[in-house]
Amino acid sequence: MVGKPLVSIVSAGLSKFGKREGLYARELFAEAFKEALDRCPRLEPKRDIKAMFVGHMGEAYEHQGHTGAAAADWTGLLNIPATRTEAACASSGAALRSGVYAVLSGLADVVLVGGVEKMTHRTTAEVTEYLAMASDYPFEQWHGITFPGLFALMAKAHMHQYGTTEAQLAAVAVKNHYHGTLNPKAQMQKEITVETVLASRIVASPLKLYDCSLITDGASCAILTKPELARRFTDQPVHIIGSGQASDTIGLYERQSLTSLSAAKLAAKIAYEMAAVTPDDIDVAEVHDCFTSAEIIAYEDLGFCKAGEGGKLAESGETRLGGRLPVNTSGGLKAKGHPVGATGTAQAYEIYLQLTGQAERRQVKDAKLGLTHNVGGSGATAAVHIYRSETQ
Amino acid sequence: MSQTSFTIEQFYKYLTEGKLMAGKCTRCGKIHLPPRPLCDNCFNNQFEWTEISGKGKLVTYTVIHIAPQQFQAMAPYAVGIVQLENGLKIPGMISGVAPEQMRIGMELAIDFGACSTAQPWPQWPRYCFKPL
Repeated sequence: MVGKPLVSIVSAGLSKFGKREGLYARELFAEAFKEALDRCPRLEPKRDIKAMFVGHMGEAYEHQGHTGAAAADWTGLLNIPATRTEAACASSGAALRSGVYAVLSGLADVVLVGGVEKMTHRTTAEVTEYLAMASDYPFEQWHGITFPGLFALMAKAHMHQYGTTEAQLAAVAVKNHYHGTLNPKAQMQKEITVETVLASRIVASPLKLYDCSLITDGASCAILTKPELARRFTDQPVHIIGSGQASDTIGLYERQSLTSLSAAKLAAKIAYEMAAVTPDDIDVAEVHDCFTSAEIIAYEDLGFCKAGEGGKLAESGETRLGGRLPVNTSGGLKAKGHPVGATGTAQAYEIYLQLTGQAERRQVKDAKLGLTHNVGGSGATAAVHIYRSETQ
Repeated sequence: MSQTSFTIEQFYKYLTEGKLMAGKCTRCGKIHLPPRPLCDNCFNNQFEWTEISGKGKLVTYTVIHIAPQQFQAMAPYAVGIVQLENGLKIPGMISGVAPEQMRIGMELAIDFGACSTAQPWPQWPRYCFKPL
């Protein structure tokens, strides 16, 4: 017996991801919101939306903080309570979770959740520095450890412990680039080969350029309501049936395991139990592939395979569209792009499309149960959500 | 309990004296490296300083090629996580060994203030690890 709906998604929107020159974050957010409105003509935004939570990681990019109010202003949603959530790359996973809290509390029947980041106008060195702010300052940043560096430390440990290979990491990139070619909103629109990945320049060994997700501009959102109100707004709601969020040490070095993320495992355990489903029940998943190695570790943390077998699963083709459990049909952070604050609800957007049969060329046949896995920092935050279609 | 507070700043000050110092909780005995103002095990706020061995084994490492602005002059450089003899782990740069010679499990020892950078901020000394 699958768990009962906690909240329902009645619409969702996503801006085009990529290099969006000449636009501010608030303008990208308005673009995503407009799509959500167009998908949900029965919603009257000024009447119905009672609160909003907006994920946004860095005010350094645009010299702009206070993103909650800015987003409310530029979406025409004044005077509702509007709050920015920040949890590094899980900022909008945390916004989604906050929306679940808000609806379940009874204080707000309809809530807009989303996220945004405008990054590409900054140099790679600047972005590297801003992203590193999500790691431990006095013991990681201070010693020159970058974000790719932290994930490289985990990748190296995983390869040492389990024999995971660089070709297995590359298989994740190849798959997600293929999926990206099926998503018109993805930043990358070309297929690559394992050789492309292996020949690309080193960022932080063993991670190379094509093991890394992208620097991206983009925004995403979803509209949540109480399950008993969902039909008022749409005939095709998607229900969130499990929600887990957990934290871990800010510094990677203090963790017991360097080959898994305990916050992600805990968030997944909570979400699976709430949803009363097992990993085998999931039809489609969007996982946090900020680096190819992170997708392999995500397979293991989410129970899609045993610890140490993520590399083999990546190579098997089972997580490719048409396989047993397609992962990152959107192209993932790797090919769709990773505007960090927007990523969590961009994952929810993809699952919304999949479970309502609107994913077009990348549609997973008969998808009824979906999962999102959003990670902040090197794993100090993780949010896992489980979704089911109305027809389940 | 002690004249010096159990802060990150004090931890780095001890490094300039060539000492790797941790905070030991006076109630439950947990050793905190770096020291903390509140024991995360028993919530006590009383500690005593304890000097720990700077020798350990390399648990994992990476060679960073794309560096933030203030480290670009040093790139590529190696960083790793070292498990000290008492079992606690600490990250740091690794010098004195070529990347191709680096091995998980190799023995390293802390080197006080050997690393430098062009634009340090804030002004803390920076330890690193070297082969024994």
